[in-house]
Amino acid sequence: MTFARRIDLTVNGRPHRLEIAVHHTLLEVLRDDLGLTGTKECCLVGECGACTVLLDGISVDSCLVLAVEADGAEVTTVEGLAVDGRLHPLQEAFLATGAAQCGFCIPGQLVAATALLADDPQPTRAAVEEGIAGNLCRCGGYEQIIEAILGAAAVMAADGPAGGEADSVARGDPGR
Amino acid sequence: MSGSAVGASPARVGGVERVTGRQAYVADIPFEGVLHAHLVSLDCARARIVSIDTSAALAVPGVRLVVSAADLPQPVPRFGPQFQDRPVLAVGETHYHGEPVAAVAAETRDAAEEAARLVKVDYEELPAVFTVAGALDRSAPLVQDPDLRPGDPLARTNVLREHRYGWGDVDAATADVVVEGTYAFPMVTQFAIEPHGFIAAPDGDGVAIWTSIQHPNWLQRILAGVLRMPLAKVRVHAPDPGGAFGGKQHAKYEPLVALMALATGRPVRLVLSLDETFQAVRRGASEIHVRSGFRSDGALVFRDIEANYLIGAYADIADRTVSKGSYTSCGPYRVPSARIVARSILSHTTPSTAFRGFGNPQQIWAVESNMDEAARTLGIDPVELRRRNLARPGESFIPGDTAADGDWSRALERAAELIGWGSAPPPGRGRGLAVGLKSGPTTGLSHATVRLLADGSVIVSAGTSDMGQGARTIFAQIAAQELGAPLDWVAVVMGDTAVVPYDQQTSASRSSVFMGSAVLLACREIQARLRAMAARLESVPEEDVIVDRGEVRVGGRTLLIRDVLVRGLGRLGGELIGIGEMRKEAEPDHPLGGTAAFYEFNCTAVEVDVDRATGDVTIVRHVTVSDVGKALNPLQVRGQDEGAAVMGLGHTLMEHLIHDDAGRIRNLGAIDYRIPTSKDLPLTMESDMVENEDGPGPYGAKGMSEGALLCVAPAVAAAVHDATGASIRDLPLTPERVWRALRDTDSSAGPPDAEGAS
Repeated sequence: MTFARRIDLTVNGRPHRLEIAVHHTLLEVLRDDLGLTGTKECCLVGECGACTVLLDGISVDSCLVLAVEADGAEVTTVEGLAVDGRLHPLQEAFLATGAAQCGFCIPGQLVAATALLADDPQPTRAAVEEGIAGNLCRCGGYEQIIEAILGAAAVMAADGPAGGEADSVARGDPGR
Repeated sequence: MSGSAVGASPARVGGVERVTGRQAYVADIPFEGVLHAHLVSLDCARARIVSIDTSAALAVPGVRLVVSAADLPQPVPRFGPQFQDRPVLAVGETHYHGEPVAAVAAETRDAAEEAARLVKVDYEELPAVFTVAGALDRSAPLVQDPDLRPGDPLARTNVLREHRYGWGDVDAATADVVVEGTYAFPMVTQFAIEPHGFIAAPDGDGVAIWTSIQHPNWLQRILAGVLRMPLAKVRVHAPDPGGAFGGKQHAKYEPLVALMALATGRPVRLVLSLDETFQAVRRGASEIHVRSGFRSDGALVFRDIEANYLIGAYADIADRTVSKGSYTSCGPYRVPSARIVARSILSHTTPSTAFRGFGNPQQIWAVESNMDEAARTLGIDPVELRRRNLARPGESFIPGDTAADGDWSRALERAAELIGWGSAPPPGRGRGLAVGLKSGPTTGLSHATVRLLADGSVIVSAGTSDMGQGARTIFAQIAAQELGAPLDWVAVVMGDTAVVPYDQQTSASRSSVFMGSAVLLACREIQARLRAMAARLESVPEEDVIVDRGEVRVGGRTLLIRDVLVRGLGRLGGELIGIGEMRKEAEPDHPLGGTAAFYEFNCTAVEVDVDRATGDVTIVRHVTVSDVGKALNPLQVRGQDEGAAVMGLGHTLMEHLIHDDAGRIRNLGAIDYRIPTSKDLPLTMESDMVENEDGPGPYGAKGMSEGALLCVAPAVAAAVHDATGASIRDLPLTPERVWRALRDTDSSAGPPDAEGAS
């Protein structure tokens, strides 16, 4: 027996009204109901970080959040990082350092990094290591991922106020 | 052009898709009307299946199919890359924890999961074996039915194969010093972040499969056999795997999903949970006894190696990892006499398969740890001991096989220099270093087509799987360079057996060498046709035309390939098509069926800090140096080297699958099975490479994607010994194991000996 409920969810700035099964996670709703497959499914116990999204600006494992808990929230997924086809500085930096190998963990890494830079725009290396500690990369590309995040932070700082982009993404601001 | 030329590091082809979430892995492909599949397995390793009642499962709304062995073609098809031993579903008996006994297909995932829980299996648990000793015991139950191994003298044992290699006379050799020990390597799992995913759908009178697979053509052959279809009716789509590491080389549940699709007439998708992938693939564990004889000056006199690999319940490609990994087990050294015995031992555990390093990390752990013990016994510096014995370029170090194909001492000296060998490490720290090699492919066949279109853009078709190693980028770079196209004017088509020509496999770090060569040869064929075209257009003999790296030179003039092409193709346009083939034939008299196409050589050096109170090992510095021949894309080389190094730190420091008495994996899943995170990195990591352009691949490249994993464990263990005096022969070097070793060392031997790296 499946119980359904209606929820309102704003995803990457776009509002949705959805009829969802109450036992479905935010991850399932993003992938299966909304077709946003950039967010990945792996461990389903909140350890690997492949399903990381921003929920009202907070980085969460969407496999551990019931969709009903997200009712009324603003969600940012990897698909929401680029604006009008222009890549986010983090995405550019991941490309430049070769951080994406197989690529499967990368959406989660990018979203976790977005949250990190929103909280701490000029993080130390140690802060970056801590910030992505919940995002496993079996290709072992951590060095290049960390380099990318530090590099993006520098670019975003140099870009001045526009560098606040990550901040607005992190807060799920649809008006950017 | 310099930004994308071979030897430069343009952004990964496919990179934008990966950073935007648009890269579609198998689980992401939208499919109209797809049925969702779920597996049913038992809560123990070995059991006799008494009965399977599917009635409750079939009653779940939305369930379209419940299948067990009885519902499959009889006898139930068995398959495997080396032995046809794995049934599509368990027949009569299960052989490992997680082996599927039934499967469900339903309209929704929820219905499939619920129905799978409602399949009632009545079973009787049976005695089982999970260790080398247990499997070799005379009274041990047989893992495989002897009827599956007709004519095999070992059929009534749990030894699937025994391999014997050697040269010289070990028993007659006289050594001043003999050093021996047994070194254990744990079961570890590939843990690709993308769990395995499979989709099958009826396709006219054939079948189409989408799967996260490294060898689409090999899978096509397996499926054609199971389904009794011609190859042409089995279409394998192979989207880029989200990590593979060997675990996605060979067929697992594709035959099952294909049969379910044909039975329902619907597309069927099965996406494993991470826990199920742990039960589907792992690396072979090993216990390897090494006895090495040396002259007092450090020269190796003999090696005597007995390697027992614990493989799983079905062979998969595990026995090949054993034969190939043990064949080079003497290491990159000059060894006058050698005797190697290696066994593939079946057990009631997850079938082990290929995993980055392919049987070699186990051997290198044993032999390099043995080398360090020898250095201490001989009173010779560990680097010096290796220097004295390392095979020189061109030296035949394994009789009858490929000679040393690199100046390996350069990697050794470079790593030693980078780690500061010869200077004393800071107090409390220790250094260790290890060398190792892996034999490249022994046979191979890669076809590629390259099409130069009328506007000068290029389509490369290549059957390699890009699982993160960056093969797509390499092929695009080669084509761009040879045909004078900008990199973003090159499209690389992969992963569809109906469209892309045959490739034997994506394994053994072969793709740059084999498929890269095929792409290069296809480009060269196009260049030859351009040459003829230019000669005709310019009314000169062909000998007067040179086509080189995107340019056409006629007399003193230089023309762009594209201009010649446009004029030469004329008003009809069209394209030039080049076909390339790279082939390495089998050599039937060779113990492995062929000599090594190349060797992957690596030297790893580390400096560690050991917390004596907790046994926690911190890698302070990690240096990895690989002999790559030629770095076609240095950024990707770095990614492969550092990634392999981090993966190596996993089995070195933390990873091991633990079984309970029923053969259940106790640390199933990401909470209890730890792999390195960003917080487990060496405090500093340096990767460097040796480039002598002495490989068989394009521009002198060698394969390189596994090398940096090979030597991590012995280097770290040597460093732990250097820091503490504790000698450990079992992996992983968990805090508990190190702590216990420190306690034993401190209580027995007094102060740790001061010999070693410093």
